[in-house]
Amino acid sequence: MKKSQSGISRRRLLELAGAGAVSTALPFARPALAQSGPIKVGVMLPYSGTFAQLGEAITNAMELYVKQKGGTLAGRAIQFIKVDDESEPPKAPALASKLVQGEKVDILIGSVHSGVALAMSKIAREENITTIIPNAGATALTRSLCAKNIFRTSFTNTQVGLATGQAMAAEGIKKVVTCAWKYAAGDEFVAGFAESFHLGGGQVVKSIDVPFPNVEFQSALAEIASIKPDAVYVFYAGGGAAKFVKDYAAANLKASIPLWGSGFLTDGVEQAIVGAGDGVKTVLHYADALDNPENKAFRAAYQEAYKKAADVYAVQGWDTMQLLEIGLKAVGGDVKKRDELNAAMSKASFASPRGPFKLSASNNPIQNFYLREYKNGANALIKTAVTAYADPGTGCRLSS
Amino acid sequence: MELVLVQILNGLQYGLLIFLAASGLTLVFGILGVINLSHGSFYMLGAYLSLTLTSWLGDIFLALAAGIPLAFLFGAAIEWLFIRHLYARDHLQQVLLTFGLILIFNELQRILWGTRPQSVPIPSYLSGSIKLTDVLSYPVYRLAIAGICVLLALAMMFVIQRTRVGRMIRAGESNREMVEVLGIDTQLLYRFVFAAGVALAAAAGIVAAPIETVYPGIGERVLIISFVVVVIGGIGSIKGAFVGALLIGLADAFGKVFLPQFASFVVYALMAAVLVARPGGLFGRT
Repeated sequence: MKKSQSGISRRRLLELAGAGAVSTALPFARPALAQSGPIKVGVMLPYSGTFAQLGEAITNAMELYVKQKGGTLAGRAIQFIKVDDESEPPKAPALASKLVQGEKVDILIGSVHSGVALAMSKIAREENITTIIPNAGATALTRSLCAKNIFRTSFTNTQVGLATGQAMAAEGIKKVVTCAWKYAAGDEFVAGFAESFHLGGGQVVKSIDVPFPNVEFQSALAEIASIKPDAVYVFYAGGGAAKFVKDYAAANLKASIPLWGSGFLTDGVEQAIVGAGDGVKTVLHYADALDNPENKAFRAAYQEAYKKAADVYAVQGWDTMQLLEIGLKAVGGDVKKRDELNAAMSKASFASPRGPFKLSASNNPIQNFYLREYKNGANALIKTAVTAYADPGTGCRLSS
Repeated sequence: MELVLVQILNGLQYGLLIFLAASGLTLVFGILGVINLSHGSFYMLGAYLSLTLTSWLGDIFLALAAGIPLAFLFGAAIEWLFIRHLYARDHLQQVLLTFGLILIFNELQRILWGTRPQSVPIPSYLSGSIKLTDVLSYPVYRLAIAGICVLLALAMMFVIQRTRVGRMIRAGESNREMVEVLGIDTQLLYRFVFAAGVALAAAAGIVAAPIETVYPGIGERVLIISFVVVVIGGIGSIKGAFVGALLIGLADAFGKVFLPQFASFVVYALMAAVLVARPGGLFGRT
C-alpha cells in the first residue's frame, strides 16, 4: 500500500527520429569532419500529460519548417532527437544530460514547463550548448539566469502579465481578483499583471491560488462570487484552461464578472470551450487572425500538413527554427563555431507569423501583444494592445 | 456563511464522484488483493468513451448506458489477459504490470483520440443552472452527477448486501481461503469483481467528462486521490470508501478556501491523521 502512491509517472517516451532527414549522410563519412552528417537537435518537450498538445504543436511546426526547407537548414540535414519530458522537473536534468552527453546533440530545444526549462538551462550553461526555449516562460531564464547561448522564442511570464495588466487598466477596470495555478509560472504571470495593473490605477483585491495541476475550481469560483470584483484575471493553460473557462461559464459568473486572462486561457483549447468561452478577453503575443503574409502562409501550410489549425505554440516552434536557421547560415552550418552561432542568433530579426520578431539584450523576444476576444470557436483580434514590448530583463548582465 | 454552504455543496459533489472511482479500487484491492495502478486509466477510458459514445448516440445518458457494459467487458478481458496471473504474486510484480498497463493505455489513448483537450456536451435539458447567490449559480448537471453517484452507490449496496454474488464478495473480502475451500468458483468471482471495478471507474469518467474536459492524463489525478480514499476508508470497505470520499471532498473544498497555503496538502494531512488514529482505516480491519 505504501508504495502505491509514489512512483506514478507517465511513460517516458524516447523517440529516435531522423530516418528520413538523413539523406546527405554518406555511409562512410569520416567522423573527424564536423560538416558531415546531420546536425543533431535534441528536443525535450512534453508528449504526455497536461501539456502534451503543446509539445506536439511545437514539434509539428518545427518539423514542418525543416520539411519545407527540404530537410536541411544552411545546407545541413537536421535530425531531431525527441524525448518526452512529461513536464516533470525532477526528471529533466537526467534527460537533458542524456541528450547532451549521451546523444551528443549540437543544439538543445525545450521545453514547455518552466521547471523543466530551468533544469535544462543549468546544463545548457555548464555545457555551453546553444539552447532555444520554445515556450517555457520562467522569467529568470532571460533575467538573472540569462546566458549568451540561451534563447527564447516565446515570452517571459512576467512580460505577458505586464502586457495584460496594462491592457486591462487601459479598459478602465479597477478592482480585480486573480486566480492562477500556484507554481512558479502562475506566480510570475500574476506578479507581472499586478505590477502594471497597479501602475495603471487598478487594484488586486484578492489572489486565489490553486495547487498545480489541480483542476477542481468550484471553490475558487465560490470565492470570486463572494468578492464580486470588476473582473477576474487568470492564468491557466491546456486542459486546466479549458476546464476553468467552462466552469466559470457554468457558474454564470461571466454575465456579471468579465473573465480576462493571458492568451493561454483560450489558445489551443478552442474546440473544447465552444460557447462557454464567448466573451473571454485575453492578451497574447499572437492572434490567429493576424493580417500579415507570414501568418497566412504559415497557417495554410500547417493546416495542410496536420489537418488542424495552428496555434501560438506552433508559431513559437516555427520561430525556433527560423532563429536557428539564421544562426546556422551565419556559420555556414558549422555548429562547432558556437560563439559566432550565438552572436548571430542574438542579432536575428525576422518576420514571424506573430509580427516583427527580434531579441532583447537578454535574448527574449521584443514583440507586439494583442487584445483578443473569444467568439464562435476562435480568438478574434480586437486590436494591438502594446507594440514592440520587451521584458525589462532586470538582472541580466549580457552586454550585447 | 454563504461561502460555507456553497463549499459544503462543492465538497459533497466532488466527494461523490471520487467515491465512484475509488469504490472499484477498494473492491479490487480488498477482494483480489491486487494493487491496481491502472485504475486511473479506466476512469480515462470512461471519459473518452463518453466523448465518442455521446457523439454517436447524442446523449450522455445513452453513453452511460452503453459505456458501462462495454467497460465491464473490457475489464473482464483485461482480467483474463493480465490480472489473473497476479493473484499469487507479490505486490511489486502487481505494481510493475499495472504500471505497464498505464503506459499502454496512455499510448492507445493518444493514437485513438489525440492530445487536444476535448469537450463533451451537457444535454440541453440539464444545461441550466440554479441561482445560489446573487452572482453565483450552480450548474444543474453537477447536481445530476451527484444524483447518479448516489444511485450507483445504492445499487452497489443492494448488490453487495442482498444478492448471492454480494454474499460471495463479502465472504471473499473477509476470508479468501475459506471461500475457496467452500468450493466457490473464485476465478469467476474475481473476474466479475475486477470487471465491476473497471465499470465503476469508467462510469465515473463518463458522467464527469462534460464538466472535466477530456484530455490526456485525466486519470492520474483520480488514481492518487482514489488511493487516499481507500486508505482512509479501509481496504475493501465500500462503506469506508463512501465516508472517506465525502471526507476528502469536504476537506479539499474547505482547505482551498480557509487554508489556501496548505490546499494541496489538506487531504494528505487528513489521511495521515486517520492512519495515526486507526491504522486500518475508518472501516478497515485492524
